[in-house]
Amino acid sequence: MSSAARSSAPAIVAEGLSKIYKSRSGEVRALDGLDLEVEEGTVLALLGPNGAGKTTTVRILATLLRPDAGRATVLGLDVVTDAQRLRRRIGLSGQYAAVDENLTGRENLWMFGRLYQIASPTARARADELLDQFDLSEAGDRPAKTYSGGMRRRLDLASALIGHPRLLFLDEPTTGLDPRSRIGMWDVIRGLVRQGTTLLLTTQYLEEADALANTIAVVDAGKIIARGTADELKSTVGGERVEVVVHDPAQLGAALRVVSDCCLAEAAVDEHTRRLTAPAAGGATQLVNVIRALDEAGIAIDDVGLRRPTLDDVFLSLTGHAAEQPDAIAATPVAAGRTA
Amino acid sequence: MSTASTVDSTVEGESDGGSALSDALVVTWRNLKRIPRIPELAIFAILQSVMFVLLFAFVFGGAIPLPGGGSYREFLMPGIFAQTLAFAAATTAIGMVDDMARGLIDRFRSLPMSRSAFLTGRTVSDVVYNLGILIVLMLSGLAVGWRVHEGVARFLAGVGLALLFAYAMSWVGVWLGLLVPTVEVGQQVAFTAIFPLTFLSNAFVPLQTLPGWLQPVADWNPVSAITAAMRELWGNPNPFATNSFPSEHPIILTLIWTALFIAVFAPLGVRRYRATSR
Ligand SMILES: Nc1ncnc2c1ncn2[C@@H]1O[C@H](COP(=O)(O)OP(=O)(O)O)[C@@H](O)[C@H]1O
Ligand SMILES: [Mg+2]
Repeated sequence: MSSAARSSAPAIVAEGLSKIYKSRSGEVRALDGLDLEVEEGTVLALLGPNGAGKTTTVRILATLLRPDAGRATVLGLDVVTDAQRLRRRIGLSGQYAAVDENLTGRENLWMFGRLYQIASPTARARADELLDQFDLSEAGDRPAKTYSGGMRRRLDLASALIGHPRLLFLDEPTTGLDPRSRIGMWDVIRGLVRQGTTLLLTTQYLEEADALANTIAVVDAGKIIARGTADELKSTVGGERVEVVVHDPAQLGAALRVVSDCCLAEAAVDEHTRRLTAPAAGGATQLVNVIRALDEAGIAIDDVGLRRPTLDDVFLSLTGHAAEQPDAIAATPVAAGRTA
Repeated sequence: MSTASTVDSTVEGESDGGSALSDALVVTWRNLKRIPRIPELAIFAILQSVMFVLLFAFVFGGAIPLPGGGSYREFLMPGIFAQTLAFAAATTAIGMVDDMARGLIDRFRSLPMSRSAFLTGRTVSDVVYNLGILIVLMLSGLAVGWRVHEGVARFLAGVGLALLFAYAMSWVGVWLGLLVPTVEVGQQVAFTAIFPLTFLSNAFVPLQTLPGWLQPVADWNPVSAITAAMRELWGNPNPFATNSFPSEHPIILTLIWTALFIAVFAPLGVRRYRATSR
């Protein structure tokens, strides 16, 4: 995938980034000495729950925010002192699609192209090209306010690409999209990566990081707490999980012993939902074993199944506490996020 | 290891920041495009202006006698123009907060464009918008009996001065818009600040009718200055309160005020825009 021949410096180097937000209600330490390295031509996913510091990291690397301490270079340029030169070489698609609703898709792209210092005719041609590439040609002459969430997202991404950036930042590119649009967005992103764009994306979904990234860096409370390939991370979590919902709360303790024995690992318990979760290295066979053992112990169950590990599982095994996940389907309105 | 605090914003090198002029024109174009795309906004702004002129002309038209005589309606119209243009600050502030809330300011800030162009584009497009509103107000004024008596050159000078005043107020709005968290707060703050500014002036009543201690305040008020300047340039009744500097040199005072507003609020706004981190 990446051109191994190139022995250049990493595309992104961040050392000890810290950021404290001060507000009336107090101080928030959003970044607490974050280190990061991304090789040119690769994809890195910053994986973390809401509030982990993903957006803050992206905003610092994309020159929108100054770190309180630490330093970062992107494509060899310092994000603070060389900000303006850097802006010509990067593209950013923020967490909330930031396109001008009153302009058409085509006008948006032309405008961003002009402000990227591209000559008007070239910007126009590039806009056509991108509309085509992102399946927006038909909607290109409609104001963006008539677009669906997925279309807006694609237009936003297209806007970030207008200047052929060598490096692209995507902050939660699929949050708030329905499953179909999400898969569509993945395809688009994979296409970009094939063309050799270096990519840093953030996500709350392990599955998404797995689908798109070479390397995953897990962020928690403003720090990177783990880094590796998707497979490496999954092996720390132990691959698939078996999940059991016990019928009678009184049997939860007994069930815990049975499942833990079966899986050779302490199962996690959620008393509220009567749910047990344990790594299931043996996949389906292990599931059958668990069901049989529970049956033999006379424990009634409401539900049982195998599922792929989630961010929660990664967190649980890395930090011992669950990620404070927002509702996965919580809508992220285009306008609301900034003022929160 | 350098930390951000040691680096001044000037290091960001405006030279590599694209062409300030062409960037500002693109932003102006973008802001003006909004007007035909949301026709309701323009329609209601026009209706509001017409209504305002009619209400003032017919409700107060005969009620307030002017010291030294003259038509109250002719006296009133420059006051209404000045009040409306003072609200340029609110228009601009709301536009800024709106772009902020939609994440657009982040996008613009991530582009290799001139740092000031976004704000220049905003203030210039708001002047164009305000020119449109001014024309509507003038036509309504003509319909209720307002006239210009001093010839085309002085008429145009008055229009130019009025737009300069609106432009300066827009820079106040830029700064304000970058300061407040939401459109609603922006609206509240702007209105709370501007209403007293327009009423503690000679816009609607001659200064002589105000309580004595308020007269100097109202006399030096920038809204009084631009109002008196228009009256003077257009030959509309302009009763003087005092023989003070403001009363005798409203045009010069308007130029001073606008220069001061721009000199203070443009750099403040640009600085805030660069550093804004919401
Ligand atoms: N402008 C801000 N003012 C105050 N706190 C903020 C601001 N932006 C983010 N935070 C806080 O900083 C932390 C990290 O936020 P963020 O980088 O947006 O995380 P993520 O993108 O991973 O959800 C959170 O606790 C968040 O509430
Ligand atoms: Mg975020």
